[in-house]
Amino acid sequence: MALKIVKGSIDRMFDKNLQDLVRGIRNHKEDEAKYISTCIDEIKQELKQDNIAVKANAVCKLTYLQMLGYDVSWAAFNIVEVMSSSKFTYKRIGYLAASQCFHEGTDVIMLTTNQIRKDLSSPNQYDTGVALTGLSCFVTPDLARDLANDIMTLMSHTKPYIRKKAVLIMYKVFLKYPESLRPAFPRLKEKLEDPDPGVQSAAVNVICELARRNPKNYLSLAPLFFKLMTSSTNNWVLIKIIKLFGALTPLEPRLGKKLIEPLTNLIHSTSAMSLLYECVNTVIAVLISLSSGMPNHSASIQLCVQKLRILIEDSDQNLKYLGLLAMSKILKTHPKSVQSHKDLILQCLDDKDESIRLRALDLLYGMVSKKNLMEIVKKLMLHVDKAEGTTYRDELLTKIIDICSQSNYQYITNFEWYISILVELTRLEGTRHGHLIASQMLDVAIRVKAIRAFAVAQMAMLLDNAHLLTGNMQRNGICEVLYAAAWICGEFSEHLEDPNQTLEAMLRPKVATLPGHIQAVYVQNAAKLFATVLRKHEGATDSQAAQETSQLLVERLPLFVQSANLEVQERASCILQLVKYIQKLQQKDVEVAEEVSALFAGELNPVAPKAQKKVPVPEGLDLDAWINEPPSESESEDEKPKAVFAKEETKHSRPRHTEVDEKELARRREARKQEQANNPFYIKSSPSSQKVYQDAPGVEHIPVVQIDLSVPLKVPGMPMSDQYLKLEEERRQKEKAEKKKKEKKKKREKHGKGKKHDSGPESEEDITPAHHVDIVTEEMPENALPSDDDDKDPNDPHKALDIDLDKPLADTEKLPVRTHRSEPLKSPGEDGDVESVPQEPKKRSSKEKKEKKKDKDKDRKVCQLDFSVRRITDSNKNGCYLETKWVVYTHLWAVYDIQGNLQDGSQVVVSVIFENKSDSFLKSMEFNVLDSLNSKLQRPEGAGPHDGLVVPFQLPPGVSNEARFIFSVQSIVMPQKLKGTLTFIVKSEDSSTHEKLDFKLHFTCTSYLITTPCYSDAYAKLLESGDLKSSSLRLEGVNMPFHHLLARICFHHHFSVVERIDSCASMYSRSIQGHHVCLLVKTADQTVSIDAKCDEPSLLGNVLDEIKQTFSQC
Amino acid sequence: MRFMLLFSRQGKLRLQKWYTATAERDKKKMVRELMQVVLARKPKMCSFLEWRDLKIVYKRYASLYFCCAVEEQDNELITLEVIHRFVELLDKYFGSVCELDIIFNFEKAYFILDEFLMGGEIQDTSKKGVLKAIEQADLLQEGVWGGGV
Repeated sequence: MALKIVKGSIDRMFDKNLQDLVRGIRNHKEDEAKYISTCIDEIKQELKQDNIAVKANAVCKLTYLQMLGYDVSWAAFNIVEVMSSSKFTYKRIGYLAASQCFHEGTDVIMLTTNQIRKDLSSPNQYDTGVALTGLSCFVTPDLARDLANDIMTLMSHTKPYIRKKAVLIMYKVFLKYPESLRPAFPRLKEKLEDPDPGVQSAAVNVICELARRNPKNYLSLAPLFFKLMTSSTNNWVLIKIIKLFGALTPLEPRLGKKLIEPLTNLIHSTSAMSLLYECVNTVIAVLISLSSGMPNHSASIQLCVQKLRILIEDSDQNLKYLGLLAMSKILKTHPKSVQSHKDLILQCLDDKDESIRLRALDLLYGMVSKKNLMEIVKKLMLHVDKAEGTTYRDELLTKIIDICSQSNYQYITNFEWYISILVELTRLEGTRHGHLIASQMLDVAIRVKAIRAFAVAQMAMLLDNAHLLTGNMQRNGICEVLYAAAWICGEFSEHLEDPNQTLEAMLRPKVATLPGHIQAVYVQNAAKLFATVLRKHEGATDSQAAQETSQLLVERLPLFVQSANLEVQERASCILQLVKYIQKLQQKDVEVAEEVSALFAGELNPVAPKAQKKVPVPEGLDLDAWINEPPSESESEDEKPKAVFAKEETKHSRPRHTEVDEKELARRREARKQEQANNPFYIKSSPSSQKVYQDAPGVEHIPVVQIDLSVPLKVPGMPMSDQYLKLEEERRQKEKAEKKKKEKKKKREKHGKGKKHDSGPESEEDITPAHHVDIVTEEMPENALPSDDDDKDPNDPHKALDIDLDKPLADTEKLPVRTHRSEPLKSPGEDGDVESVPQEPKKRSSKEKKEKKKDKDKDRKVCQLDFSVRRITDSNKNGCYLETKWVVYTHLWAVYDIQGNLQDGSQVVVSVIFENKSDSFLKSMEFNVLDSLNSKLQRPEGAGPHDGLVVPFQLPPGVSNEARFIFSVQSIVMPQKLKGTLTFIVKSEDSSTHEKLDFKLHFTCTSYLITTPCYSDAYAKLLESGDLKSSSLRLEGVNMPFHHLLARICFHHHFSVVERIDSCASMYSRSIQGHHVCLLVKTADQTVSIDAKCDEPSLLGNVLDEIKQTFSQC
Repeated sequence: MRFMLLFSRQGKLRLQKWYTATAERDKKKMVRELMQVVLARKPKMCSFLEWRDLKIVYKRYASLYFCCAVEEQDNELITLEVIHRFVELLDKYFGSVCELDIIFNFEKAYFILDEFLMGGEIQDTSKKGVLKAIEQADLLQEGVWGGGV
């Protein structure tokens, strides 16, 4: 042994240590990869040795390589070995490596549980510390569950060094294992008053982080934090506490009132900018939440704005940035106080730092008014011209459009100006936002009727000068604008001065280089223009001109008929045929303009973006119902069976699938080619689409048109938005003057459109729009349903921590404690199956603990009863979703079944059939369930989270009726039980008593499955995809015929048989959230083996458990 | 705090610490992306930027960039303070720290960081406390080295 150690250390002298490795890498700059691969080989050798020092050195080097981006996951086990070394030096390296390399998917993590537990309880505080630090990086839900109790003990450790770390890591544990929050919280709260400031600040940190996510559960801690805030001098802690208050005040306005004073004091007194900034932010948050209740806080707002101004004026870019950021928060509620600093913010637009300019832009958005919009936009346009980077320029562009279009174009007084701004923006080269400009053009032209004539003129000009926009067609996003231009010109062609010219512009050969969807619009709108032109000519009885126009179309359209884009091709060929036909008619001197115009008659109204979503489903329409019955499974019976579970492949010899030799294959390939050649619908693989093009007949007939290359350097007649600015100013001046005149001569009649108001200094309302603007509102369907659009991210890990912490701890809520060699811990859904507990009403309240024990005794009885009820319901109801559990009471029988809702993966419907077994009248039934984190009863809007639902009927003696309750569930991978109560009034002739019935709803995983048919080929594909995890189950001593067994699985667990071969069957089901569950059931000699696959392993595990239970009961 | 990165002007990663579980591939992608963004910024620009749904706070010390990703509601200035504090700790420990110190003693740098921050939260606001813990742990380590070999 001693020799071995000596030998090991001699070897070590020749090994590279970390420094050598780093030096080596630095010396091999040219062939780094090669050098490192030799190093990795060396490391692999070192890891094979027994000497732990060598191993640790190797692991240390690996950690370095991991940072450089090399995969070291193969060494995970060695890392665990080094972690479990008894020497601190190596342990430290092991834990460091683990914290850098391990993640939730690392499988060796399971092996570490005991080692970590050992280290946590080590007498050496640094062992414990290093374990805690490591754990904080790679804690998994399993580790969190297994170690939560150990860590909680450490929170009361004698050494503050450990306490502090234990407190901090609890946050990670809560995130991974939310069930631990309630049991651990009281102790965490104690730590807020720990004598050690480090521990105290750690506790503040953790609680603040928790509270920020779910503030309402932490309101009760407010007084304690208030005390801490006024007493603490540690700025780090203060900032956290103040942030916490920022989260709490929206829920408790009274708190806000109390906070304002200490916060303003802090703002005045502190010299720390970070604290000042936090205070200002929180004051803003407080004032926002108070804004409705207490208007009189202008002093505080003023103070904040003042301080922020100082920040913005500071030469430090960081402070400037934050000042602007905070300013934008004030802007939302107190725009007036920010607007007075417009000068400063406009100054920031000239800042060198782009992020500061962007912040300033954000602020401008909220600062515009009717009065200053044009001025601000002008300034922005100047910046657009100056901007060097495309990203910033694009940002400016979107901001200009945002600013102008905000709240339904509220601040635009002159739409001609806006259109010309948009047209000017089209001159930006290389912007990505062509579609944005286009949609604005469309929106304005459609919704502002008065502007159409002007817009059409501008758009015609754009079309005429399209070549200026489309310098580099493919990469240039700006050509999207032409889409809008063409559509506007076509749709509102009656406003065109010279439709003939526009028509000509739209049919130029160069158009064919535009993207397909734009060409399609061109073609379609050329037809609209054609109609207008015809009308015009026929009106003037100029049949010659009309025929010329038709001729133009007949000449130009074939170019589009040849287009590779299907849409363009289809539209072009339709219209070409139409025009040819019209030409024929024209030659016979028939008037056609009326008919052609009729093709495009009628006004298109703007439709609200969500209109379609809001169309209510008509009564009696069931979108889930099959239109035709789904094909029965038997049809696929005679198809050749496919091996669906890979390992079964050899067992199932497939008679038809014979070995195919090379020759046969070649023959088949030949035949297939032949078939494809004869199949007109088969698209042969060709090197490029153009080649196909050339092969097609008729290419020679494409007319070659001369391209006019004389490009004017300036777009003629484009309006300058600046002119409007001047005009607008003049106009306002004039209006003012007129008004004054009017005041003098009051009797003079009002004149001028849109004039609204009387005298006074120039205020917002004073500025009248230049046009009478009628902004058409977007259409909504009749009786549209109001829908709320806030959908929270269901994956947010903090959501699970939304736990009421003020409720007293129940007995059941304990952290799992692992005793020596105990059985594996049960997951929450696995514990004993207590279905429901019939109880004497009124007795429960006092002695809960005793009752619980009694409950267990009752279980057996309950279970027996359960069967009788189940049979009754089975025969009663043919529905296959009978997940029957029940509630019995002398007066009342209740049977329920749980049914998933396929359209909504987060909903299940629980239908409960209540049957009155008594001689009395039952009324005022109220159904209530204690919601869990995962499952919540859906209550009507406005109801509190603990309110019950009124059952909408009464039950006379002997009558039964069904009520449905909708539950929303988040995760469906675990079974769940919800406790609930049903209260009702029993009314007999002379008396009425109020009764209460406790029950439990058992949401099995099965109830989230929905029988879904699946075809064998889709099934095979699913299994081959490799996305599914597998698991298996063995049932002994089942003696029932195989088809009974299958029927039972189908019936109780919502599966469908995909195919069955002798004593072997594959089955399929699908969860409401779209998980696939596949089973392969085989039977031999009373033994049933089920191999199962599913994309969610825990769901699968639970479903299998439930299947097992079903069979254990028979 | 979601993660902390240290990288050089040349875009070489020197230290990385992730406080939320992230897949290896995503880590690499994020590091690459972020280094590009940060290195492209001019010296006069402010130390904050919005990136994906995070706020990035970075600061350059000599040839090294210290870069932290924090959440929307976090205080940027305090994050800068955290970075500064970490640099001070390194400085105290190594004695006027330079990039090479961190390259060659990267595990030590990690130990200091782990002693200062845990799970993305500040563990100890006092410099002395952190340094004392590191020194004692090192002492323990030296002892083991001496006895072990």
